[in-house]
Amino acid sequence: MARRVGIVGVAQTKFGIKADLHLQDVAFEPVEKVLQETGLKFIEDGTGIDATISCSSDHWDGWTISSKNIVDGAGGHLRPEEKVAEDGAYALYYAALSIMGGHYDCILLVAHTKESQVEGRLIENSGFEPMYLRMLGLDFTSCAALQARQYMEKYGISAEQCAQVVVKNRRNAMENPYAHMPELLTVEDVLNSPMLSDPIRLLDAKPYSDGAVAMIVAAEEKAKKWTGKPVWIEGLGCCHDRHYPGYRDLTDPLSLKEAAKRSYRMAGISNPRRELDLVELSEYYSYQELLWSEGLGLCEEGEGGRMVESGVTSIGGEIPINASGGLLSGVPVNVAGLNRAAEAAIQLREEAGKRQIDGAKKAVVHGTGGVCGQMHCVINLRRGF
Amino acid sequence: MGERVAIIGIGQTDHRFVRPDVSHDDLINEAVRKALQDAEMTIKDIDTVIIDNMDLFEGHYLADGMTVDSAGMYMKPGLKMNTGGTSGGTAVATGWHHVASGVFDTALVIGWQKQDASASIAALVTAREPLYDRGMAAGAVGIFATMGLRYMQETGCQEEHAALARVIMADNARRNPHAHLKPELTLKDVLESRVLVWPVRLLHMSPTSCGACALVLANEERAKKAAKKPVWIKDGETAHREQSVWRGGCVEPQPTMTAIEVAASRLYKRNGISKPARDIDVWELYTPSSWALFPWMELFFICEKGEAWKLVEKEAIRIEREIPIEPSGGVVSTNPIGASGVIRVAEAALQLRGEAGERQVTKKADTAVASAWGACHWIVMFYLSNRL
Repeated sequence: MARRVGIVGVAQTKFGIKADLHLQDVAFEPVEKVLQETGLKFIEDGTGIDATISCSSDHWDGWTISSKNIVDGAGGHLRPEEKVAEDGAYALYYAALSIMGGHYDCILLVAHTKESQVEGRLIENSGFEPMYLRMLGLDFTSCAALQARQYMEKYGISAEQCAQVVVKNRRNAMENPYAHMPELLTVEDVLNSPMLSDPIRLLDAKPYSDGAVAMIVAAEEKAKKWTGKPVWIEGLGCCHDRHYPGYRDLTDPLSLKEAAKRSYRMAGISNPRRELDLVELSEYYSYQELLWSEGLGLCEEGEGGRMVESGVTSIGGEIPINASGGLLSGVPVNVAGLNRAAEAAIQLREEAGKRQIDGAKKAVVHGTGGVCGQMHCVINLRRGF
Repeated sequence: MGERVAIIGIGQTDHRFVRPDVSHDDLINEAVRKALQDAEMTIKDIDTVIIDNMDLFEGHYLADGMTVDSAGMYMKPGLKMNTGGTSGGTAVATGWHHVASGVFDTALVIGWQKQDASASIAALVTAREPLYDRGMAAGAVGIFATMGLRYMQETGCQEEHAALARVIMADNARRNPHAHLKPELTLKDVLESRVLVWPVRLLHMSPTSCGACALVLANEERAKKAAKKPVWIKDGETAHREQSVWRGGCVEPQPTMTAIEVAASRLYKRNGISKPARDIDVWELYTPSSWALFPWMELFFICEKGEAWKLVEKEAIRIEREIPIEPSGGVVSTNPIGASGVIRVAEAALQLRGEAGERQVTKKADTAVASAWGACHWIVMFYLSNRL
């Protein structure tokens, strides 16, 4: 790795429905917070933030060139700003590479989306190939249901095991002041919630939410100067699988495995289950936490269900997953991956309050996009103090 | 600094108004195959793929996901960028950062747009702020009308000069087999074409094109073994701009430097370019209207303020002359938006290789500036050179 990159500061909105706020205000809130927290400024002389990378979607914003609406608040006026049109984890991935390349020393990241203002199903439908797939009326939930069914059948994963993911994550969210929907649920609550697309029920799916995450990352020497609690980016990887779900074995997340392999290799991780202290992954649906755990090499294939059942993924367990409450507690698309990284950074900085995982030193964070997790981005973080 | 980065493969489609014969996948694949062929490489030699288009134009959400196979992205790392008209420039910058990081030896950068399957102007209207500006239903034409009007008022430039600039672009485009609009134009043709928003006439505006362009970028080690002469990306710069500036300048109390001036100043300063007209041999500027050429020439410091139209009058910007600008015919001849920024870099690199065929500039070309422009006066620009 050319040079080490560290997270200097993070800030988040409280996630929720923000019908009273303009898109711009949603994005500006964490930017203002992270600037205040770090005391860094948008300045050209090398003593502050050199550039901005934003993450949002023209489709979800209903706005061609969606970074236009946040460029002033994010420090892009007459300065470099680039927009990654993928999940927020990719924005962090790209920021780290940009700093490693030496063209910038310090980058402000901001990911923002207001899911409440659009009909997400229509957007998801336009994410399918137009000639053959789109007219079937597919959206990401109906396609995820195919993946869930196939996965559950293949390995005997039960609806109860999937429901346990929901119960765990929504309970974890009780201690997360930023979480949208903290709640003490039971497995029965989940199993009795309305069916969206068999076998995915309402509580199995990520709720709609609005919010934003901002983060400042910098080259090692500057990160050390600016914070006593740097979090190092130790590894990164991403990968695109095929688009057409019929061409993929949906129970085998190949692109996730490849992304994880790249990130672990760079970070020198050979046994993720043993070496990592926490995992923040992007479970848009409950079954995905199990499937992605397998893809991330945290357990054998088909073991995800038993892993959640045994409690090893709960706070206090061997490998806590989504101690923040995860996406199932309400985090918008596009923001999801950067929120995972922010939550892991908060843990590694020992600032997670009641949701703190004791002695957390190494984390892996994960973002995903596309139909049934077509593309994945994996980033390894390590406490730097 | 990180790894030094060169362009070692260049491929583009023949850009057309409609491409009924191909899907967006086929279009992308056409450019990718050409770029790989040019670099004498296969997709196996590519470490990461960066792609861009303007998503809302064709209405494809996560378009990169759909085009994995045609872009050669299957089981490879990569990402999708979108910054509007500057997207192509941003994608090149993204590839440049990726290779410079040392994590990847090579990167494939792809820009594309298929506007025959796109409601471009309808989508462009949504680039405006929804509460105050969107009701105007404005596309891009008005911007260039105010630009042209103000330029005429301040400098003595006449409609004839913009028409001449357009004729020169058409002359250049006819020498470029990939160009979209290649008409035999006279000044009279331009001056008599339909007024869109005065002084912008139909022939002053860029067309809606279908096209794709791909570049293979490589680190120094790979570039030195490359099949073709490497063209080095010496430096790059991006400057965006707050959108409300367009509302009559109400945000800034005084006129300040434009994004182009800011970016160009930074880039020139870092690279010791004191006299751009002398130090840069060829220019591929993203001028979406012939009216934009004059302010661009001045904002990139090619000439003094108020002097650009005189250089055009002397036809000094022609392929054979001292300051060749847009030898490809430019964006006013060819505009597959997401690809346009990549095409600027590709065309500039072809000039530096000496492989631009009939549109090769007469003077010896060792340095070039390529830019992408879009959104609310945003700019991405690169300084390319034959010298490492």
